[in-house]
Amino acid sequence: MKQRPIGYLFIAPATIHLLLFAWIPIAYAAYLSLFKWDLLKDSKPFIGLKNYADTLQDQAFWNAMWNSTRYTLVSVPVGMVVALFVALMINQKLRGITLFRTLYYIPAISSGVAVSMLWIYVYLPEHGLINTILMRFGQNIDFLSHPAWAMWALVFMSIWTGLGPRMILFLAGLIAIPTSLYEAADLDGSTPWKTFWHVTLPMLVPTTFFVLVTSTISAFQIFTPVYMMTRGGPEGTTDVVGYHIYSEAWEKFHVGLASAKSFILLLAILAVAYWQFRAMKSQLEGYSTTVS
Amino acid sequence: MKRKRQLPLRLRSWFVRALRVVVVYAALILLAVFLLAPFAWMVLVSLHPSKAPIPTMQTLWPQQCELIGFNPTRCWEQFHWENYAFVLSMPDIPVARFFFNSIVVTTVVVAGQLLVASLAAYGFARLTFKGRDFIFLMFLLSMMFAGPVTQIPVYLMVRWFGWLNTYAALIVPGLGSAFSVFLFRQFFAAIPKELEEAARMDGAGDLRIYAQVIMPLSKAALATAGAFSFFAVWTDFFWPLLATNSMEMRTLEVGLSVFKNSYGATNWPLQMTAAVVVMLPLLVAFLFTQRYFTKGIMLGGLK
Repeated sequence: MKQRPIGYLFIAPATIHLLLFAWIPIAYAAYLSLFKWDLLKDSKPFIGLKNYADTLQDQAFWNAMWNSTRYTLVSVPVGMVVALFVALMINQKLRGITLFRTLYYIPAISSGVAVSMLWIYVYLPEHGLINTILMRFGQNIDFLSHPAWAMWALVFMSIWTGLGPRMILFLAGLIAIPTSLYEAADLDGSTPWKTFWHVTLPMLVPTTFFVLVTSTISAFQIFTPVYMMTRGGPEGTTDVVGYHIYSEAWEKFHVGLASAKSFILLLAILAVAYWQFRAMKSQLEGYSTTVS
Repeated sequence: MKRKRQLPLRLRSWFVRALRVVVVYAALILLAVFLLAPFAWMVLVSLHPSKAPIPTMQTLWPQQCELIGFNPTRCWEQFHWENYAFVLSMPDIPVARFFFNSIVVTTVVVAGQLLVASLAAYGFARLTFKGRDFIFLMFLLSMMFAGPVTQIPVYLMVRWFGWLNTYAALIVPGLGSAFSVFLFRQFFAAIPKELEEAARMDGAGDLRIYAQVIMPLSKAALATAGAFSFFAVWTDFFWPLLATNSMEMRTLEVGLSVFKNSYGATNWPLQMTAAVVVMLPLLVAFLFTQRYFTKGIMLGGLK
């Protein structure tokens, strides 16, 4: 291959920007996390790893990590199953099917703030869309103020907003499956259910992995709905880690401590993504040996 | 004998197929209603009188507009369009200014991002040089930690530059996008080498090949990356919230949250009016760009 050093000029603007607004900030965050850095105070003493030690003992932080974990553990798998089901439904040659694809995507392109306001109203006690229906059965739940309900209210909303992109990704995966595989399964007298388990699902492993990793990363960082709808309440039950770090930095101004916390979050996300990657690899190997 | 048996069978399979189509359509429509009903509700509530008690399901649709005893003029009077005029011209919350800010910021960021990212992608996809793959890996890795980790340091840097509460703060950090670089690279890599070689024979340099060979073939990629970054920038909430503090510099998205917190705390019709005002441009933009969305997601998802 002929070397073309002019390439450095082409990538220069993007690379300088990447250094300035991604990699230098990461290094700077690592630096900040070693100081007792308060936005409102002039003295910023070096304290080594104390922020990390404090974080590990901070009950509120672990509560937030737990909240993010249970949010992710429910919203991602349920959201993915729903999206796969919808993708199967719209992967058919029917008149007007593209119209439905477009309609189903609308919640995902909406403004996060507007959607949060809308869902506050949907969850309102007595007069909200859901409680108007529940009142007929004599029930009335203040979803966003009830410690047992608030988190699930956010999860339910996230399935609604997250459907579009996941559905399209699964649809792309479904379209990419060669029809010859289905024909072969048909010849072998396979039932539709068997074909789904032994042809469709195995062929969707890479797509599923991609959806799983991207959904997990974004679910761990959810912020806008919490900021708008619950502010981490009631009783800290929706205090997810994204909001927890936000309030540490911008309400308490503990910038050093917040940096340490965000680093621990980053490590956790990378560890989960790596673990998911390993799991997918062994899945794929398992399939390739059974197929060949 | 055989023919006699086949006909009802074929009829039966036709019936089964027709039934299946009906069931599928019913499910599709039901899902659409579930996904879009909250929006319909939002619009109907936004047309209620602004100081009315909380609109309920029973009062949502005005009585005068029901089919029995329908009266066009009286029905029309029930819709309080003046809520929109009110929200758009509030003295203490400059919604028009929010619009202006969002338009300026989004236009500049999207245009800048497309230029910067497509140039870089040309380098990564079509040229060979030392360290290329390593640098590209740095781009990919940065997508993993885009969240809370970088926000504090970027805020401190922007403050140090003296940019807080200016357009520079809203625009410059957004000019690069690893995702757009990735998207363009996928697209450029698929363009056949022969076209480029023919241009090189004619003595064209790389900048000309980029501008006159690659880019004209990449309109779909431009539209896709542009659509993605348009929605990402327009609905960005966290960064504009941090980077601005005066009413004049708020974007629409942050402005809406200010509105919610300070103005219409319990005034649901006005709150929903403001939400519709924010949603409508997004919806219109989506209807124009939606086909590129599916394309882009497929491109980004498949390797």
